[in-house]
Amino acid sequence: MKTTTIENDRISSENGIFYPSKVMLDLKNLKKVYPTPKGDYVVLEDLNLQIMKEEFVTIIGHSGCGKTTMLSMIAGLNAISGGNIAILGQPIKGPGPDRGVIFQSPSLMPWMTALQNVLLGVNQVFPHATKTQRKDIAEYYLHKVGLEGAFHKKATELSQGMQQRVGIARAFAIKPKVLLLDEPFGMLDSLTRGELQDILIEIWNKEKITAVMITHDVDEAIFLADRVVMMTSGPKAKIGDVLAVDFERPRTRKTVLQHPDYYSYRKHLIDFLEH
Amino acid sequence: MEQEIILKKENQGFAIIKPLTNFFKVKFEKDNVLKFLKKTGITLISILLFLAFWHFGSKALYNKEATYKIEKALAEQGQAAAEAEKACIASRDSSCQPNTLPSPSQVWASFQSLIADHYLIKNKKQAFADKLATTNEKLVAQGKEAIVYTGRASFVDTVLTSIKTVFAGFLLAMIIAVPLGIFIGLSPSLRSAFNWFIQIFKPVSPVVWYLLVFMIVKTIYIGASSDNAFVISFISVGLCAMWATLVNTAMGVSSVDKDYINVAKVLKLGTFQKVFKVILPSSLPLIFTGLRITLSVAWMVLIAIELLAQSPGLGLFVWEEFQNGANDSNSKIIVAMFVIGIIGFLLDRLMLTVQQMVSFNKNEGI
Repeated sequence: MKTTTIENDRISSENGIFYPSKVMLDLKNLKKVYPTPKGDYVVLEDLNLQIMKEEFVTIIGHSGCGKTTMLSMIAGLNAISGGNIAILGQPIKGPGPDRGVIFQSPSLMPWMTALQNVLLGVNQVFPHATKTQRKDIAEYYLHKVGLEGAFHKKATELSQGMQQRVGIARAFAIKPKVLLLDEPFGMLDSLTRGELQDILIEIWNKEKITAVMITHDVDEAIFLADRVVMMTSGPKAKIGDVLAVDFERPRTRKTVLQHPDYYSYRKHLIDFLEH
Repeated sequence: MEQEIILKKENQGFAIIKPLTNFFKVKFEKDNVLKFLKKTGITLISILLFLAFWHFGSKALYNKEATYKIEKALAEQGQAAAEAEKACIASRDSSCQPNTLPSPSQVWASFQSLIADHYLIKNKKQAFADKLATTNEKLVAQGKEAIVYTGRASFVDTVLTSIKTVFAGFLLAMIIAVPLGIFIGLSPSLRSAFNWFIQIFKPVSPVVWYLLVFMIVKTIYIGASSDNAFVISFISVGLCAMWATLVNTAMGVSSVDKDYINVAKVLKLGTFQKVFKVILPSSLPLIFTGLRITLSVAWMVLIAIELLAQSPGLGLFVWEEFQNGANDSNSKIIVAMFVIGIIGFLLDRLMLTVQQMVSFNKNEGI
């Protein structure tokens, strides 16, 4: 079922450490400290996580445990206090379009149309493509998220759910190596959330971009993920437990819900969170 | 329901004429007629009340001054003089009229006479130009300056001069304040470098700005034959009014939504792209709010500055009428006051309309 070819399939030996080519994202002894007047506040400590190519990982944990901090560190938007983050063996240096981000709020430029918002990234990432090609890419992804009729609508004219669809299109259209999703559906009603999960997983099945997604929703975590990473509560949060979800892909909500293992997975996560 | 949606979508710039436009747009439904009558009715009643208050107030002041005049004549010159004064005031003779707040009707009469005066001067100008047309042609052909009409300006001319000055000043303020504000907003070190400058010069009064500009421009223009009053006044107006735009632009640029900045960072937009595609569009509403304040401040300080600069605008008109002390001077000043107020109002509405056009969030503004 693999439709995409893997680029950058090289092996790096940065810092003498040997990285198997399967690893896309490598978090090693990651640490985040916020200095406060009362001394340092350690948000994350000794956090180790490896994410494979073409893997979809969801991260679940209590509010304020440092999930978003970790994700924005991977995105390069938040400085690393200790340890390191490598993408295909290369340590990250600041933010970049190789890590697409879908933010919690859609964060569209309100003065631009849906198409212009997507094009903003596409133009940046494919500067050598012709204008038509870039437009085609943007339109393709907007089409994929079901916004055929809204190309030329201003972001402010779109509903929250539609705005987040544009956010998804924008993130996929720049063809990132890793997709980072920071609770992208947290602000939506459950009906819209379900729709968007379906859209996300449909595009993802096609593109197989390594994805790291933060969520508060246990069902969402299981439905989307190959592995669910559970984080301990802060301060000094780290990885508490990892649950591999062995459902076949492509998945549908129905098959997942009817799977005999579904409730044991669910129980596992809830037991962890209630502890 | 549909009409309500239309109302919301329409910009509020010229909200005052909305009942009127709706009245013609919408069919003559009973509800609309009532709504229209109610809205305009309330405005009309308040105007009438204002006029009545003004009328009786000015009448009382008139009587007070008249009584004082008669009593003074009685005390200083005796019964006969007092009778003569009384008769003189009653006869509406202009030589002995009490000089006080003019009544609405006097102001209206002055307004009409000012308009009539405008046409008179216009005709004079035309006649002058016709008479000298051939002479001027010869002068220009010889490379000399043509003779121009140098008679006094009509009221309408002063209004036009004022509007010209205010727009020149506004343009100057925009040219200085917007780019400077952008740079200050973008760079924290520039911000601290300019902060003292802004804090100190922002509260400086228009009069002082005028004097400062006068000192500089006077020296620059030494030897030049042309009149520099216009230059001095529009520069002073611009410098005086630019602060709101400067501060708002800097604030708008420095406080762009963090989400947008993060998007720009993730996409690795270059500085140029970041400024023109993200930062500027997102701060446009604040920049235009600043420009709107600047225009209204410019119009407000204009009068004082024109007066000092002897620039032939409304400010000078008011001052000269006050110095003149003629019988209808006071009512002419009141006419100028209304004209200033109405033009200021229209300028503000104009800016509000522009502001709402650039605002991506339609709920902002007012």
